[in-house]
Amino acid sequence: MIIVIDYNVGNVKSVCNAFLHIGCDVKLSCTLRDIEAAAGLVLPGVAAFGYAVNALGDLAEPIKNAASCGKPLLGICVGHQLLFDKSAEYGTHTGLGLVAGNIVPIPAGRVIPHMGWNLVNLPADIDLFAGLPAQKHFYFAHSFYADVTDDEAKIAYTDYGFDLPAAVQKRNIYGTQFHPEKSGETGLKLLKNFAEICKKKNY
Amino acid sequence: MLTKRIIPCLDVKDNRVVKGVKFLNLRDAGDPVELGARYSDEGADELVFLDITATIRFRKTIVELVKKVAEKVFIPFTVGGGIQTVEQIDELLRSGAEKVSVNTAAVENPELLTEAAQRFGNQCVVLAIDARRSKDKKGHWRVCVKAGSQPTDIDVVEWAAKGEKSGAGEILLTSMDADGTKEGYDNELNKAVTEAVNIPVIASGGAGTLDHLYDAIVVGGADAVLMASITHFENYTIKQMKQYLASRGIAVNL
Repeated sequence: MIIVIDYNVGNVKSVCNAFLHIGCDVKLSCTLRDIEAAAGLVLPGVAAFGYAVNALGDLAEPIKNAASCGKPLLGICVGHQLLFDKSAEYGTHTGLGLVAGNIVPIPAGRVIPHMGWNLVNLPADIDLFAGLPAQKHFYFAHSFYADVTDDEAKIAYTDYGFDLPAAVQKRNIYGTQFHPEKSGETGLKLLKNFAEICKKKNY
Repeated sequence: MLTKRIIPCLDVKDNRVVKGVKFLNLRDAGDPVELGARYSDEGADELVFLDITATIRFRKTIVELVKKVAEKVFIPFTVGGGIQTVEQIDELLRSGAEKVSVNTAAVENPELLTEAAQRFGNQCVVLAIDARRSKDKKGHWRVCVKAGSQPTDIDVVEWAAKGEKSGAGEILLTSMDADGTKEGYDNELNKAVTEAVNIPVIASGGAGTLDHLYDAIVVGGADAVLMASITHFENYTIKQMKQYLASRGIAVNL
């Protein structure tokens, strides 16, 4: 079963709805038992970084442990940003530190937030994109982004006047700055791929 | 490249989608969940649901609507109508809305924008502005509140800039003069606001032809175009709109 981490931030329900829609076994939960038993974890989120970190609280350690042991983890939007070391959104906050990099503001000189559907280049070696063409549009809504410095991380970029990291994979850890659960059929396909990855890993 | 967005707007009253002219003479346009799902299937980039009966007071029925929509619609949607507190915003986001729009409450208490942005991030805080052309001051617009029923002395362009500073991440700009007329967006208004802020602006009010959409983007500088009458009453499909814009060199998600 896929567990969507319920940590009192917005949009958790949409992620569950999307998994249900594609026929996946999914549950919204914040219990240790469910996190440990899960085939895969999803860390969603519509929130400011600092608020999300505080809301996550004691759940941070078990999520980190599960990810370090090889359990598939997918962070979405702020959940994606939480995977990294630090954020500068409304103060300085520490993230989970699972992928090296910092959350920084989108550079000035363009419309911010980066809001809407942007074309993402999908590298063939990121298994989250299996079965999708080389480029697809996904829905973004954010003012900060992950400046990825991890040598082990594979990165998918989108063009917003600079190469903006749109998604990342480090072994069993995945993050998407865009919202797959709000990116129509393409997004549902990505979530299906994550469910397949969870099944294959057989955690 | 970031694409320009096509956003059908569903004004909801007593659980039905309605559409009027200049905020009056409402006509029934269908069931909100069904219509929302149809637009999503047809390739809309986003949806906006506005509970137009709720502008004085937030109503729980809108939460139920959001939950139902979120089970069927897998594109982002904004919800608005009578929202006054951060707790109400939280409830709507948790129920499946991607963004919320505030109008009257933000005018009465701009701090609401700040509180919401700090908690949820500014990307989900939409400032809705209902603008009416000033009769005595050319090239100026006044902010109207309470579903457009109450004019204020606030200048629209100044309010938009202040809203951005306070924490709004997007502006939904409706021309009350153009609303429902199908005679084109007020691009003087759109241009004045898009030049004054650095956050995305959704142009609203007046869409009647495909040219109007193009003009709002190119002349008005809008990042997204919102429409109701021309989609609800099936003058154009979403696909026709996107194909037309693409044929004129605008980046869209087709």
